[in-house]
Amino acid sequence: MANDVCLSQGGHCRTSQFWTLLALGGLVVLGTLYAFFTLEHHGHVLTGMNNQIVWGLPHVFAVFLIVAASGVLNVASIGSVFGKPIYKARAPLSGMLALAMLTGGLAVLVLDLGRPDRLIVAMTHYNFKSIFAWNMIFYNGFFAIVGLYLVTMMTRSLKQWSKPMGFLAFIWRISLTTATGSIFGFIVARAGYNSALMAPMFIIMSFAYGLAAFLLVQSVMYWWVNTKLDERILARMKNLLAVFIAASMYFTIVFHLTNLYLAKQWAFERFILLDGGVYTTVFWVGQVLIGYLIPLALLFSPGSRKSVVTVMLAAFLAIVGGHAQMYVTIVGGQAFPLEMFPGYAVSSAFFDGVVTNYVPSMYEWLLGLGGIGIAFLATTVAVRAFKFLPQDDFAALECEQH
Amino acid sequence: MSESMENMQQDRRDFLKAGTLVAGMTLGPGVLFYGVAHSRAPEQAATSDVRWGMLIDTNKCGDGCSDCVTACNTENGLSGKTGPQDTQYIRKLNIKDLRNGRVHELPMMCQHCEHPPCVDVCPTGASMKRADGIVLVDRHICIGCRYCMMACPYKARSFVHEPLTDQNPEVPRGKGCVESCTLCVQRVDRDEQPACVEACNAKGHNAMVFGDLKNPESEISKALASMASTEVRGDLGLNTGVRYQGI
Repeated sequence: MANDVCLSQGGHCRTSQFWTLLALGGLVVLGTLYAFFTLEHHGHVLTGMNNQIVWGLPHVFAVFLIVAASGVLNVASIGSVFGKPIYKARAPLSGMLALAMLTGGLAVLVLDLGRPDRLIVAMTHYNFKSIFAWNMIFYNGFFAIVGLYLVTMMTRSLKQWSKPMGFLAFIWRISLTTATGSIFGFIVARAGYNSALMAPMFIIMSFAYGLAAFLLVQSVMYWWVNTKLDERILARMKNLLAVFIAASMYFTIVFHLTNLYLAKQWAFERFILLDGGVYTTVFWVGQVLIGYLIPLALLFSPGSRKSVVTVMLAAFLAIVGGHAQMYVTIVGGQAFPLEMFPGYAVSSAFFDGVVTNYVPSMYEWLLGLGGIGIAFLATTVAVRAFKFLPQDDFAALECEQH
Repeated sequence: MSESMENMQQDRRDFLKAGTLVAGMTLGPGVLFYGVAHSRAPEQAATSDVRWGMLIDTNKCGDGCSDCVTACNTENGLSGKTGPQDTQYIRKLNIKDLRNGRVHELPMMCQHCEHPPCVDVCPTGASMKRADGIVLVDRHICIGCRYCMMACPYKARSFVHEPLTDQNPEVPRGKGCVESCTLCVQRVDRDEQPACVEACNAKGHNAMVFGDLKNPESEISKALASMASTEVRGDLGLNTGVRYQGI
């Protein structure tokens, strides 16, 4: 059976390695299912989440995957909407990765619900004032639109539809990430959120996370079939990644500068930037150093134009930094106490006025990693069964260069 | 003969007078109270003719007293435990003015906003505001996403983290759903006061006044009209149903 599904990858079947990958991914997903059923039976009492930190580690993984999913589609958009041939060749892989990552991210969100058995309620009862309800519509629409987009790209007779579908997918993904960022941007009560910057910041971050994920997968695929990615393509994609990372850092700086200008946000900024303990560390070391500065240094280092390993490392670090950013945004934003009485020190038996201590349990790790596991499994099977390896038209590339 | 007839008729008249008086004294208050109480029949929907609210005088709130919290726990079948994952509908806050060191105590719970952020953000509409202003969670369509808890400016909501036993049949709760103060809706619908208010009055503090904000003759409306009160996070423009004075 394995032989039947590896035809598209030339002679490089590596059947046993393929099954090993499936087994590894399957094991992770099995762990996720164990965590899900345990929590379903015993309740969230087994997690580190509580009435103060209501969204924890699973949401960090889930939101990262959802944001990166829409970002990874950017590769296809640059091809279809902006007509760049090297990206057009990568559009099918980009669309497939977008679907796989969104599936992983949404699975985590659903498995973490207090009442996952009521998923059907979420699909049948919509409060249109809720940005969360809009997100559900955008997620479902994303599957349909990107699915059709993939079909138009991979079916010769439907090729003429791929440009309009690509355009629709582009508009949809921008809307989706706007809505995802606004989940936080629209929270008026908390110092860490409530900002119009959240939506555009999430969009630019999605560009970086998505492209980083794309570069990693693409590099592994080329390695798998013993092919080398053309240096010119590598150079252009790594430069684009650098631009996206730099833009993410720029938005982060503007976000914090804006907060620093408002007296009522000083305490929150002090918390994130100076004395927030683990959150301050995760911000400076995780988000800024690992997520921005080291990848930028790697991508602009002299040898990076020719070194796939350097670019892969930079992409991997950008993804690690992306998780750090989500941790600071999601968990840090909740750990900082709500300010109900400005000018007063507040205390109670309900943890008012104190920074909440959050230690994720094993179950949250299993749930969160399951998102990556599901995306990994879907990707592994898809690249085995379909022709997703980018097929570059070098003649066109030469023309474009001159 | 005619004299005895006269006496009999006098007796009858006296009897009728006394009877009417007794009957009137027995039935009258009931009839009057019926008119005053506006008690709703169970099948009758809540009406926007009233808006339930509460005024809390922090100057009267007892030093270290937590009778309101205890009464709430008993009424709603809460465990009373105060761990980070335990439900609390109402809690006592100690607030200290950082400029002059003045200390206040006050109970904090769902503020039953006119424009509740929890209702705005709820994806399914499980978070909802009843016509009479009471903000509730429909336990049948809450999916346990906890977005309302992220959105509440008052940290008023709790998530049921574990299976429950020994519930109060009038206050159904369930693992995996979000919950918060209901203003003791089951009591309000019987024309009773919320348990916290009753307990505060029983203790003699009388720090909490419950009533109809739309009725200008109600005690709470008169109090709000005659003295300054504070809306917590008034900057958000939520028009809370719970108001404070003394802070």
